Amino acid sequence: MVQTLEATRQDPPPPAPVPDRPNRRVSIPLDSALELGFSVISAVALVWFSFAVAGIVGALGFATCCLAGSFVIYGFVCWRLHGVLLMKDRLATLAIWSGAFVAFIPLVAVIWFVVFKGGPVVVAHFPGFFLKDFARFQANAPVTAVGAGAAIVGTMEQVGLATLFSVPLGILTATYLVNNRNVFARLVSNVVDAMSGAPAIIPGIYVYLLWVRPQKETGQTGFAAALALSVMMLPIVTRAAQEVISIVPGSLREAALALGSPQWRSELRVTLPTARIGLVTAMILGIARVAGETAPVFLNTGGNPNYNWNPFSGKQDDLPFRIYQMIQQPGVNSTREAWGVSFVLVLVVVFLFFLARLIGSKKPGPSRWRRLFAARKRLAQGNEQ
Amino acid sequence: MTISAPTMLHPESPAHNDVPVDLGLKPSGADRVFNSVLAGSSTVSLLVLVGVLGFLCFYGFPALRVAGFGLFTDKTWSPETGQFGMLPLLVGSVAIAIIGVGVAFPISISTALMINEYGPRRLKPVLTAVIDLLATVPSIVYGFWGLELVSGLQAAPAKWLVRWVSFVPVFRTYSPGQYTNSIFACGLICAVTIIPIITSISREVMAQAPRDVCEASLGLGGTRWGMVTDVILPFSRNGILGAVLLGFGRGLGETFIVVLVLSSGNHMTSALLGPSGLGSIALQITEYFVTSQGIAQDALILLGLVLFLTTLAVNVAARLIVERPNRAM
Repeated sequence: MVQTLEATRQDPPPPAPVPDRPNRRVSIPLDSALELGFSVISAVALVWFSFAVAGIVGALGFATCCLAGSFVIYGFVCWRLHGVLLMKDRLATLAIWSGAFVAFIPLVAVIWFVVFKGGPVVVAHFPGFFLKDFARFQANAPVTAVGAGAAIVGTMEQVGLATLFSVPLGILTATYLVNNRNVFARLVSNVVDAMSGAPAIIPGIYVYLLWVRPQKETGQTGFAAALALSVMMLPIVTRAAQEVISIVPGSLREAALALGSPQWRSELRVTLPTARIGLVTAMILGIARVAGETAPVFLNTGGNPNYNWNPFSGKQDDLPFRIYQMIQQPGVNSTREAWGVSFVLVLVVVFLFFLARLIGSKKPGPSRWRRLFAARKRLAQGNEQ
Repeated sequence: MTISAPTMLHPESPAHNDVPVDLGLKPSGADRVFNSVLAGSSTVSLLVLVGVLGFLCFYGFPALRVAGFGLFTDKTWSPETGQFGMLPLLVGSVAIAIIGVGVAFPISISTALMINEYGPRRLKPVLTAVIDLLATVPSIVYGFWGLELVSGLQAAPAKWLVRWVSFVPVFRTYSPGQYTNSIFACGLICAVTIIPIITSISREVMAQAPRDVCEASLGLGGTRWGMVTDVILPFSRNGILGAVLLGFGRGLGETFIVVLVLSSGNHMTSALLGPSGLGSIALQITEYFVTSQGIAQDALILLGLVLFLTTLAVNVAARLIVERPNRAM
């Protein structure tokens, strides 16, 4: 009997894990919404009336006054209805929401400008704008005569070379910094940190003095710009790689060493592949960061409206430099073309940004190719046996 | 562009700070080669980066010897005629950065608080990504946008300020009747590039405020604003200060926004609302570096050195402040 009883008794199911996060009321009572709404409406009406009476015109001033008026009126209403403590809370909430709203305005406005001023220029003669160069640019030449092709080539070559220089160096340096905590490593780490906040014009001057000035006339090349970009990119990549490598669990490294692998093997075959996704993300973000930098390339490329495929000789164009040149030119056409080139540049940078996000959201582990190769290898070994 | 400060926040991650036992084994030959490759590349990186300071010092020194104390005593910047007064340029650069940080600071803090505490939790990753996207847009595009839109928009309030508040020396214009292309306009546009820096760093710092203390303050009947002022802000004070300094450094080094927007002058003045008053170091270097020769170019290198050292000091201060332990809790 006892046995059957015991057999039929069931343990109570384990309690569902309670999510450890605050559970707060989300709905807003109608009263509060009405208080806020009518305060804002009365503030806008008041400001509009006084602006109309005083004859003041100005969008920015109007918006500022409306915001300030809303604060005063809403604060007064809340104070009379709910007391000082809640007034402070409500006003702070309003301030924080409006501050955050203001922060997102410039992004929307910039994207708006780039898309609606640059987009039509690019779309109007679609393949041409990516293929032609600025050789036939004149103040009142039609927009269809020119294109950002030469600038795209220049940016790709310069950023590519800079990536080639700075990414391997940055990753090796980061590996050293993570594995060593001596005085030298601390020095390098501090210098990298200090340089990552340096003004963008400084690498430009540096490479100009180091590379361009000794060669007089022929110094300004795409290669010089690539050097400047890589000086700028090196601290960015090193710091990011250092962060990524340092979060690889030490137990993985220790396990590799305990299985008898030498240090170089554990670093190259365990640590770096584990951090692979983070490293790729760091690289792409570094590229996105320097691709739009004007200051380092400005002194070193010299700009060239014509195609120049060779980064090692002759002046070369690139996207930021071309934007600057077109802004400096007088006339309506050049401004439109500057927006067109800006559109291309923003497109490139935003594409890289989302690519980095996409790759960064993957899970770590061996890549699909690696698994495929491993499977084929196992298969081949199986066949031999 | 992800701006993150984890290395600054956690110099040593607590997850794996266990120290391996030294067995006294000698590394193998391959390991020695590997380690020397690593050390070698670190040395190359160090040389490249320290070389920046070295080159600027080496090439800027002749100008410094000629200029001497004229750097601070001369009235204007005109190296060809032996005038080395860099103060109008340095003060202009600093003023742009101060305006930028002054505008960006309240906006960034409220954005960080909104993302962390006030906004819907589901939108948090999206909003963080949008802030990062804001940092990704190249500064020349911001400069162009500012030149076309902001510089004109701020003219009306600037005019109003000059008319009514000009008893404050800052709210004046150096060239009467003109209000665009001013230091103030540059500062406003630079604020756009500073916002993502301050927001993302202070957001990360604020997210580390102890959750249980936050919940306790709410549980005791405090308002949400009370929780922010009494728990989150005291806890993250150092981090926010460091973020502000980093933003200030960014504003100091901002080049092409200033080049495009500012109509540069060379006069020591307190007026910030019109063109042709104060100048800017970055602008001076960009406009005249390639075309100038001899002592003029050396003097511009010296200017670059001054800018670099100022930014360096700000960034080092930021780093020290962020790493200082917080005594608020």
